[in-house]
Amino acid sequence: MSEHQLDARRLLCPMPVIRTQDKIKDLEDGDTLIVICTDPGTLSDIPAWCRIHGHTVIDTRQKEREQTFTIEVHK
Amino acid sequence: MSKQTKQRKAVSLISGGLDSMLATKVIQEQGIHVEGINFFTGFCVEGHTHAIRAKDTKKEKRNNALWVAEQLGIKLHIIEVVEEYKDVVLNPKHGYGTNLNPCLDCKIFMVNKAAAWAWMEENDFDFIITGEVIGQRPKSQRKATMPMIARESGADDRLLRPLCAKNLPPTLPEREGWVDREQLFAFHGRNRKPQITLAEKFGFDDFSQPAGGCCFLTDKYYSKKLKDLWQSRGERAYELDDIMLLKVGRHLRPAPNFKLIISREEGENHYLTGYQHEYINLGTLSHGGPVALIDGSPTREDLELAARIVARFSQGREAESVIVALRHPGSENIEELSVTPIPGSEIPESWYV
Repeated sequence: MSEHQLDARRLLCPMPVIRTQDKIKDLEDGDTLIVICTDPGTLSDIPAWCRIHGHTVIDTRQKEREQTFTIEVHK
Repeated sequence: MSKQTKQRKAVSLISGGLDSMLATKVIQEQGIHVEGINFFTGFCVEGHTHAIRAKDTKKEKRNNALWVAEQLGIKLHIIEVVEEYKDVVLNPKHGYGTNLNPCLDCKIFMVNKAAAWAWMEENDFDFIITGEVIGQRPKSQRKATMPMIARESGADDRLLRPLCAKNLPPTLPEREGWVDREQLFAFHGRNRKPQITLAEKFGFDDFSQPAGGCCFLTDKYYSKKLKDLWQSRGERAYELDDIMLLKVGRHLRPAPNFKLIISREEGENHYLTGYQHEYINLGTLSHGGPVALIDGSPTREDLELAARIVARFSQGREAESVIVALRHPGSENIEELSVTPIPGSEIPESWYV
C-alpha cells in the first residue's frame, strides 16, 4: 500500500476526473491517492466517480479555492 | 458457459441527457450488464461554464453523465478525445448542422471509438447502445442516417437504439435473443412526451434536457467565436485552451490583429488569471474591474485602446482616469497606464465577437 499524489489544479471538469481515473488504473488495491483540484465542480464529480467505481473518498478538504481529496483505492 | 446462460454485456454512450439514460435503463431491465462511456471533446457543455461562472453558485455543479451513471448504478468510463476529435470538427465528411456542429460525423466518431475500444473486446462486451431516436435531431438522427452511422462507425448490427429499435431492422442482439425486441420502443420525432412518460415509469424525476444538446458547437454565438478565431489566425486549427477560452468572458475584436477577452464576474476573473503567464493581460488598479487577456499581436496603440476598453468595463467607467496594469507573459514587470475609459458609444457592435 502506498500513497500517491495528483495535481489537477487549473483543470476543468471532466479533466480532473479523467486524470484521477487514469492514475487509479495504475494503482493497487489499498493504495491512497491525494488529488488537488481548483474546479469547484470536482466537489461533486470526484466523489461521484469514486462511488460508481467502488473507491472511497476518505477525506475532503477545502482551502480557499483548492479542494483536496484523499481516495482509498479498491480493486 | 453455454450460450443461454452467458451474461451479455453492452456499452452505452452516456451524454448525461435523458435519452441515453432511458436507453440504458431499458437494456438493464432485460438483464444485460451495461457500462457507460462518455467522450470529452473539449466542446462539451458539461460542468465547464457552471464551474467557471461564480453566478451559478446556487446551481449544483455536477457532471450529468456521472450523475446519470450513478442513478443507473453503472460504471462510467470518461475518455479524452480532444486531439482525435479535431479532424471531426475541421473536416466533417457529412458537413455541419446549423452552426459548426458536425453532429453526424460526431456520432459516427463516437460509436466507432466505442466499437474500436480495445477495452470492450478485452472485457467481452457484446454490443453498443445509444439513446438515438429517429427524427429527434435534424442532422444526425434521421431514418437515413441511422444505418449510415452503424455502417461507417464499423459497429454495424452490434449497434442497438433501444428507444427507436422497432422502427429499424433487427440488430444482432435482437436476432440472437440477447434482448427481447418486443420490450424495445418505436419512438419517433421531436415529441418528448414518450420519453417523459418512460422516465416517469422508471421513477426518474430529475434529469437533464439541454435544449441545444451537450455540445458548444451547436451554439451560434460560440460558433461565431470559433470562426473568428480561425479567420484571425488564417488557418482552421485550434488547441484545447483556445476552445476553452471561447466559453469565457466578453470577446471584442477592435482590429484584425488582436482580440480582448474580458471577464464578466469573479469566477471568470479567477479562470482568466490562470492564463496570465501565456497572454498579454490587463487589469485595473485604481478601481475594481475585470481581468482581460489579449489574443494576437497588438501594436502599442492597440494596447492603449485595449486599456481604455478594460477601463470601460471596470467600476471606474465614469471616472476621468483609470489606472490599468499591463503585463506581458514571461515578464514580472507591470506597466501602469493611466487612461480615460472609452465611452460605450465608441464601441461599435461589430467589435463584439
